[in-house]
Amino acid sequence: MSSTVGSTSHTRPGINPTAVGGDVPDGLAAGPQRGSRLPLLLLAPATLLLLVVLGYPIVRMVTLSLQEAKLRNIVRGDTTWNNFENYQNIFADPGFWDVVLRTVVFAVACVAATMLAGTLVALLLNRLGRRMRLLVSVGLLMAWATPVVTATQVWQWLFDTQYGIVNWALVSLGFDGFLNYSWLANPLSLLTVAGVVVVWGAIPFVALTLYAGLTQVPGELYEAAEVDGASGWRRFWSITFPLLAPIFTILAALSTIWDFRVFTQVFILQKAGGITSETNLLGIYAYRTSFSGNDFGAGAAMSVVMVVLLGGLSLFYVRRMIKEVDA
Amino acid sequence: MSARHSRVGSVAANTTAIIVFVFMVFPVYWMVNTALKPREDVFTRDPKFVPSPLTFEHFARVIGDNGFFTFARNSLVVTLVVVVLSMIVAFLAATAVARFRFKGRRGYIVMILAVQMVPFEALLISMFVMLDSVGLVDKLAGVMVAYLAFVLPFTIWTLRGFVANVPVELEEAAMIDGCSRAQAFRLVLFPLIMPGLVATSVFAFIQAWNEFILANVILLSESNYTLPIWLAGFQSSFKETDWSGLMAGSTLFAIPVIVFFVAVQGRIQSGALAGGVKG
Repeated sequence: MSSTVGSTSHTRPGINPTAVGGDVPDGLAAGPQRGSRLPLLLLAPATLLLLVVLGYPIVRMVTLSLQEAKLRNIVRGDTTWNNFENYQNIFADPGFWDVVLRTVVFAVACVAATMLAGTLVALLLNRLGRRMRLLVSVGLLMAWATPVVTATQVWQWLFDTQYGIVNWALVSLGFDGFLNYSWLANPLSLLTVAGVVVVWGAIPFVALTLYAGLTQVPGELYEAAEVDGASGWRRFWSITFPLLAPIFTILAALSTIWDFRVFTQVFILQKAGGITSETNLLGIYAYRTSFSGNDFGAGAAMSVVMVVLLGGLSLFYVRRMIKEVDA
Repeated sequence: MSARHSRVGSVAANTTAIIVFVFMVFPVYWMVNTALKPREDVFTRDPKFVPSPLTFEHFARVIGDNGFFTFARNSLVVTLVVVVLSMIVAFLAATAVARFRFKGRRGYIVMILAVQMVPFEALLISMFVMLDSVGLVDKLAGVMVAYLAFVLPFTIWTLRGFVANVPVELEEAAMIDGCSRAQAFRLVLFPLIMPGLVATSVFAFIQAWNEFILANVILLSESNYTLPIWLAGFQSSFKETDWSGLMAGSTLFAIPVIVFFVAVQGRIQSGALAGGVKG
């Protein structure tokens, strides 16, 4: 969820300095014998909830993916094992591969745009005076805080065919082709609008995190480089980027995971635009296969594929965070 | 760098800053602007940037919609229950992880982190199947349980950091003065991590308040809708969208979250990632 509900998330979890808190202090830890039972008691409610409400669905996703499961099987509780048939079916379906490819391209494009824009905004923040920096920060926080459902609908209104301000602006700038242009009627432009919503919502986290990193870079390094005559471009690649590389990597990993999971933005635009088959991303496709296609087994198999595809990046992120805890 | 050069540079930087600000804020501004304009000013060829004359008729219409109070109440109930329960459960777990050494502690931390990486979207289907099997589909309790489990890993993780940052000596001193361990937690630790609890509960609040995907699958009858489902229902490809009403509804839905978030996050962010460049 966090990501989760993150996804919905917006409040992006992740890099949280306060969370890195060192080891357990010895004092209480070495307390009386009761100490051995007390922590387990304190952990019990959380553990129970996580096991039942998160653990079970994770297991059920895997078992479901290996079963024949229509809605009536689920209601009756008589889903039956079908020997990897769901996987064979989805892998043999060219439509599925289209969806996977579309999801990857969409995610990569969003991550690239987010990282580029986020970096530029962070560098800008670093150059501004106090007042302008506060202004931009407040703007970033407002975009960050906007709920995804709201953001999608407002952007959709901005991109409206007849009365949208985007088309008005484009026509005013001389792009007459955008007069009454219907953004949601074409798969590519629908996904472009979705991408704009995603990137707009993702820039604040990346920009503010990188800016916080930038403030830690010692100013003398830049002064020395300037004395040596290094250009701004050169200073960025020789000083800023290497020093902030760990933050860049983590941000890129998190962004990729989040953008791969995009659901709400495209789902709501599909509702309004009416085209679904050529704009489905992996999560939405799994959902539709289950609930509209009445094939929960195949939907679960696609979900497993999604988890596996993100597995490497997630592992990388978790290991990074563990290192910080241990540090 | 000459003084003139830097002045030119700062004019360019300030101009860019204003462009960035406008890009980030424009959608929110346009939402409120649309909600406050009379209908004939909304559907115009040339956009009106200032809502004059002002009207509150769209807000009145949206609030007067007989569903609105039901949806708002559902959203509030779900959100508040999730926030309160998650804070209690997470505080207990965070204290255990940050204050005690026990077997499996490290494994537990790894698990908390790893679980945050499971894509919620992938669990949609099995979550539905599970809630269906215990009769929680189309029940507010169904989404509450799910949200609770989804916010817990992050809230435990964050609170753990706050607890770890409070010196143990304070609790030890209280215990020497005759407090029980439970009292030391309640009277010493709890007040000191209040800022952490506030920040974390804002996070939980936003997650539960905004969540759409699972609610859309689980809450089937209209009387159980939360605000995001209601808002998403404004649009369909079959009818003209009531943009004025939708923007008024979105404003009511989003503004509390934005205000909360900017107030809390602004303070947290200033310290964010300090020391991140150490390595």
